[in-house]
Amino acid sequence: MDSFRDKLVPVTSILAGVVVLWYVFAVILNAPFQRDLDTRANETPGTVEFIGKTLAQPKPTLPAPHQVAVNFFENTFLRPITSSRSLVYNAWVTLSSTLLGFAFGTALGIIIAVGIVHVATLDRSLMPWIIASQTIPILAVAPMIIVVLAAIGVTGLIPKAMISTYLSFFPVTVGMVKGLRSPEIMHLDLMHTYNASPSQTFWKLRVPASVPFLFTSMKVAVAASLVGAIVGELPTGAVAGIGAKLLAGAYYSQSIDIWSALVAGSIVAALLVMVVGMAGRIVDRAMGGRPA
Amino acid sequence: MNWLKPSWQAVLAIVLCVIAIALGAMSKPEAAALADPTASINYPYLGTKGLMLGLVIVAALVSMVRIPSVAEAGVLFVCAHLVAWLLISGIAGFEGTALAPYFLLLTAAWLLGWRCVAVLSGLRPMAGSARNALRLIIPAIFGAWILIIWEAVTRGAGIPFILLPPPSAIGARIAGSLPVLGADVRQTIFKAVIFGYVVGSGAGFITAILADRVPFLRRGLLPIGNMVSALPIIGVAPIMVMWFGFDWQSKAAVVIIMTFFPMLVNTVAGLAASGHMERDLMRTYASGYWPTLIKLRLPAAAPFIFNALKINSTLALIGAIVAEFFGTPVVGMGFRISTEVGRMNIDMVWAEIAVAALAGSVFYGVVALVERAVTFWHPSVRGG
Amino acid sequence: MTGISPAVVAASKLGLTFQTNDGPVQALSNVDLTIGKGEFVSFIGPSGCGKTTLLRVIADLEKPTSGTISVNGMTAEQAREKRAYGYVFQAAALFPWRTIERNVALPLEIMGLSKAEQVERIKRTLDLVNLSGFEKKYPWQLSGGMQQRASIARALAFDADLLLMDEPFGALDEIVRDHLNEQLLQLWARTNKTICFVTHSIPEAVYLSTRIVVMSPRPGRVSDIIQSTLPKERPLDIRETPEFLAIAARVRDGLRAGHSYDD
Repeated sequence: MDSFRDKLVPVTSILAGVVVLWYVFAVILNAPFQRDLDTRANETPGTVEFIGKTLAQPKPTLPAPHQVAVNFFENTFLRPITSSRSLVYNAWVTLSSTLLGFAFGTALGIIIAVGIVHVATLDRSLMPWIIASQTIPILAVAPMIIVVLAAIGVTGLIPKAMISTYLSFFPVTVGMVKGLRSPEIMHLDLMHTYNASPSQTFWKLRVPASVPFLFTSMKVAVAASLVGAIVGELPTGAVAGIGAKLLAGAYYSQSIDIWSALVAGSIVAALLVMVVGMAGRIVDRAMGGRPA
Repeated sequence: MNWLKPSWQAVLAIVLCVIAIALGAMSKPEAAALADPTASINYPYLGTKGLMLGLVIVAALVSMVRIPSVAEAGVLFVCAHLVAWLLISGIAGFEGTALAPYFLLLTAAWLLGWRCVAVLSGLRPMAGSARNALRLIIPAIFGAWILIIWEAVTRGAGIPFILLPPPSAIGARIAGSLPVLGADVRQTIFKAVIFGYVVGSGAGFITAILADRVPFLRRGLLPIGNMVSALPIIGVAPIMVMWFGFDWQSKAAVVIIMTFFPMLVNTVAGLAASGHMERDLMRTYASGYWPTLIKLRLPAAAPFIFNALKINSTLALIGAIVAEFFGTPVVGMGFRISTEVGRMNIDMVWAEIAVAALAGSVFYGVVALVERAVTFWHPSVRGG
Repeated sequence: MTGISPAVVAASKLGLTFQTNDGPVQALSNVDLTIGKGEFVSFIGPSGCGKTTLLRVIADLEKPTSGTISVNGMTAEQAREKRAYGYVFQAAALFPWRTIERNVALPLEIMGLSKAEQVERIKRTLDLVNLSGFEKKYPWQLSGGMQQRASIARALAFDADLLLMDEPFGALDEIVRDHLNEQLLQLWARTNKTICFVTHSIPEAVYLSTRIVVMSPRPGRVSDIIQSTLPKERPLDIRETPEFLAIAARVRDGLRAGHSYDD
């Protein structure tokens, strides 16, 4: 845990620095508007009072951290979770399609990877497209998927989950192809000397060897999956979800709402990545991995 | 039986053809004509139906005879694509009337195409140029068949235009809207993406060098950077639109934020990548911080830096397009996608997506080419 | 070697040419060799002489391009399918996600032995290589020498009569290597297996073998075969005896002679 303590002090001090800078910028960015207000009201507040006012605007250019924190706290803990303004409710809406899409995407990615590793034709013909498709801004397809599926009557969870699936299967496919091919020649030769069948080589060597790769790519995939779900909420003006909160905030210039939705999205993302990472560590430990 | 080498694709293709013959009519007009021989009903594949079935069966049979692989692949390639072309061109004017034999024949032709790819995959030519050509041809055939099946199914089954337009319609739309697409590319890519990409990557790089000089900063920034790269940063888009207005500046700001952290994290990791022995060697020369950085550590970090540049090329495009969903002037790729979706002009959306895909690939390709030139010594480049 | 028991390995006019980007490379040329039951045969030579390739041909990990090879009277492929030999690689090649006992169990699982049989054999073979008590450890918890012993146990577990060892101790330091050489000889005496052993250490080859096959490169071929006159019982200090040194000198001469054919 030494390395953890090594990091703790620098990380907290940098985060503290960010908060201080945030306040400074909040004052600077909100000052012009406040000055306008004051001139119109014919007020000449003292410096301290002026700064206090810049940090308490209802629709500030940059809300102060405490404003975001209060908004986040109110919308998370003080509202009933069934309320459409509750962040817990909105986060859940986004999270459910993220998880559904992530599960499908991971399964699909694994299946495709197994196909690519075992069928030479797929490897030579499909793999280049998988790699090329990584360079394409896939998120641009999101609005079309939503609208087209809505046109044939599919709405709600499924279209968003499809975008998440689409975003999360690429990293898993690429990672699993790498993982299933990661056994050394020596290990493959060893299986050959035992006259092991292809399925024995697959289950006893390739699958266990690919597990670390699977979890690494799942961490990327789950983050991508969340982004997919959020962007999936943008086009048709979805009524609920973190993306919908962002869009509503942008429409009504509710900057504090946008920021607290962002905080909620970030917390969900961090939790998801952490859960996948922890699952990875548990599996690794169970498979006799050397403690780091 | 030594001259025979059965393959499941060829056998299945023949079986499908036999079923297609047994089922009879390829399309509804043909079925109507058969039901009422006296009426003069025009129907597709008047003269080509036998030709198509014949081509598939002959090619399937030829592919099972022991002939040189190149010849086999050639026969399969020609026949499969000829049949596909006859199928697609024949359905023109009769969209949406296809019956089961149409799809059976399409599947049979696709199986021949697959067999062709399988034969080509099995080739192990000695010449390097032939190997490179195969590396292009095999995925190209695969991609072509995705387009063929897409085209044939959308037209044959008459899938509504707003659900999925056939590729030919998308192609026509691209050709017909070049000025609009050009203006969108200028707005989104030449203004927002490139500016944001350069500034964001540059800022990430400089911050990484700073962090490298101050170990305290490095220890703190690395975990933060790693965590931030998992966050949905794209969510800052509405804030940037509020701050910097509807024009490209707000999109560039999103791109800057999105590209900053990958560059920071990768450069910091890259600067730690040079070996202890090499660094000790520089120490024995009494080399200072900057000479060591330039002569040893930056070259060693180059693969990491290019990795970040490649990741960023995709992120930059995504950032700019998605940020446009939150508000733009009436030009830009994201704007076009979201408005044309609203108007149900799905072919225009596909055209824009095709352009975005092309732009993304070109952007990535350029970065990859520069990488090959700069890090020619790295095993991943040497190995091809 | 005895003339009565059938040959365990018989190679005749064996050749293997690799096609590389720089043209064909003759890894093995015209190799004639017969190995009888219970022999300990070492293959020694400079790198590129084809000693590892020969071992891999015996193991059916490479296919010869000319000549014939038989193992236990069958083709190499049939022998592999019958699991006729255990193979020990240069590195321990243990699966990092399996404990030592589960690593030893790997070939037994693949061959479909019953659980009870597996447990019994794991215990027996780990005893044989003095690794009892380490069953539940993971490979990284063991020293390099212990890892290599575990991989020998894995090769012994399914009771093949033939043991193929490809520089098994090459990566270990000399002190550990001496110790393992001594243990290997004891193991050989106890189990009466036939061992083919690739090495590039002259003392190791002389100390272990009943016969030493000297090989030379370009093309890879057998340049000399030396019959050891040392007794079967060999304490470590046999390496200081004049008899040992004389054999070592013959091997060295053989290696040098093989080299002078060059260019």
